[in-house]
Amino acid sequence: METQHENAMIGWLKQRIQGLRTTLRIMRYNTVGYIGFLAIVAIVLLSYIGPYFIELDTDTKIDKIYNTPSSEFWLGTDHQGRDIFSQIVHGGKDVIAVGLAAGLISTIIGVTFGTLSGFIGGWTDTIIVAITDFVLTIPRFPLLVVLAAILTFDSNIYLGVILGLLNWPSLLRAVRSQALSLKQRDFIAAARALDLGTAHIVFREIIPNMMSYIIISFTLAMTGAIYALVGLVLLGLAPFSGTNWGIMLSLAWTRGAIFFKDSIWYIMSPVVAIAILQLALITMNRSMELIFNPRLRTEA
Amino acid sequence: MATTAVTRPSAEAAPTLRQRLRAFFGNYVVRKILKALITTWAVTTFTFFLIRLLPGNPIEQFVNQLIVTYGIPYNEAQDQASALFAIDFDRPIGLQYLDYVRNLLRGDMGMSILSPGTPVTDIIKTWLPWTIFSVGTGLILSFISGVVLGLLMAYRRDSLFDHILTLYASIMTSVPNYLIAIIVIVFFGVQLEWFPIAEMRGVLSPGIEPGLSWTFIKDAIFHASVPVIVYTITGMGGWMLTMKSSTIGVLEEDYVTISRAKGLKDSRILTSYVGRNASLPIFTQLAIAIGFVVGGSVIIESLFQYRGIGFTLLQSVQRRDYTLMQGVFLMLTFSVIFANLLADILYSWIDPRIRLEDQG
Repeated sequence: METQHENAMIGWLKQRIQGLRTTLRIMRYNTVGYIGFLAIVAIVLLSYIGPYFIELDTDTKIDKIYNTPSSEFWLGTDHQGRDIFSQIVHGGKDVIAVGLAAGLISTIIGVTFGTLSGFIGGWTDTIIVAITDFVLTIPRFPLLVVLAAILTFDSNIYLGVILGLLNWPSLLRAVRSQALSLKQRDFIAAARALDLGTAHIVFREIIPNMMSYIIISFTLAMTGAIYALVGLVLLGLAPFSGTNWGIMLSLAWTRGAIFFKDSIWYIMSPVVAIAILQLALITMNRSMELIFNPRLRTEA
Repeated sequence: MATTAVTRPSAEAAPTLRQRLRAFFGNYVVRKILKALITTWAVTTFTFFLIRLLPGNPIEQFVNQLIVTYGIPYNEAQDQASALFAIDFDRPIGLQYLDYVRNLLRGDMGMSILSPGTPVTDIIKTWLPWTIFSVGTGLILSFISGVVLGLLMAYRRDSLFDHILTLYASIMTSVPNYLIAIIVIVFFGVQLEWFPIAEMRGVLSPGIEPGLSWTFIKDAIFHASVPVIVYTITGMGGWMLTMKSSTIGVLEEDYVTISRAKGLKDSRILTSYVGRNASLPIFTQLAIAIGFVVGGSVIIESLFQYRGIGFTLLQSVQRRDYTLMQGVFLMLTFSVIFANLLADILYSWIDPRIRLEDQG
């Protein structure tokens, strides 16, 4: 009995590993996308596991201000002689969390209402499209700047929610036009003929077929949110506590990146970290497309 | 012959009022203008409630600030706020709203809180031209170079030229533009000292008055040059990628194959046949981008201390000058609405199919 159970376990594990291997193999079809994916994995590991191994350096060391990289300080030191590398390790979590929260919220809004709008049509469609057009008209970053004066963005998650609530319109449009074209397909007509109900058709038939669009929209929403978050922090309008890449960037900028040549490591570290994160999110899409849209695989 | 001439008008004319109305509202341009008007109304209403009714709204904050800082009694503080915002607080909210709309229609956006006696519209008029000048130049340069390069990329698809430029465009579209601005300042300004950043701050050097003089023009260009370069190199990427994919679509059309078969010169096919058709959809995007010219510069203007409208918005928020903030925000939104309307009309004019397509 026990060996049988063990065998089943091993079999299940083997299947999982096999599945994972296939996924990775598919992702490797697109080299650029695969590199993006690996970069994301590296950034997430560094930001979420790294802090357990590397302590945040908070001691002011007056004799070690703006040191260049060495074996002791991998990326040099900041304006108070603190290790920059440890700040990079500790500074990714918040940025990724805000991006994820905002991305999730706008994806849920965009996908739900976009599919409903495209699929149901009629008045529902007209109203949803009108609201979308309206929100799309308001320049988003200026609105955030104005909101910062009225609301106080005192926590990162709160800011993430606000960013998510503003970021969905372009996503909704893309999803809606996809839903409109899928609606015409035979398998939807078949599902309708079987009287499967709107909920079933939307969540079981249409959304799975839009998975690649949804994933791409999600990463785009995430990069949009990170752009806005870092921008707001840089302007001094967003939460300014703890350590994150945006705050590092803002501190480096205000503490004399323009005056001291030595400060280049301090300012460039967060710049490069944010740039790599954004670039990796976008390039990773190319591999994600391959996983969720098998039709593309033959081309690659 | 004579009889037909007489009977024809009676048979065709006299469309009922309903038919006339339907024809009027069925007209593409009329519908787009109506939509723009409705959006304008919605945005002004949204801003009214945002500034006035939200808990901790600017007017409340301003009144509290007067009471706390200057010890002014509540009534007087409210009188001051009412004078600045051009709103009478004793009236019901509905009438306040009507006043607000009436003032806006006359182009009155109230007085600045921090520079008393200066109308908000005057402040906007002072700083807006600088943004239009710098961001506008950047947009034109990035659009032209992006379209030309995108066309060439599609034409020489999968060449080294295409690969390098695609990489460049991907980087520019995914890395935030203000990071590129920081890189430019830190590397070329601070490290290599190619340009003096400290002197380039602001829109003009001290002591230079706007006018039609050579020193003024030279100084304006000097101060705008680096921001314009940043707008250009960051904005190019998006245009390159759009133009490339649009051109690839056109290259597959039959008329391109035919003109090749006819033996037309490559350069002629590229410019007169492919380029013209591929750039059609991009012109609408350009019109939309023009709307965002005004607002798309808050961060970069503050990095360069370039005092345009984006920098003014940021300062009004930092200094709690709420009437100015409201005015700038409304102005930014109106320009987007207007640009969208322009894009819709332009597109229907370029591509007549659009006008007929969604008439229903």
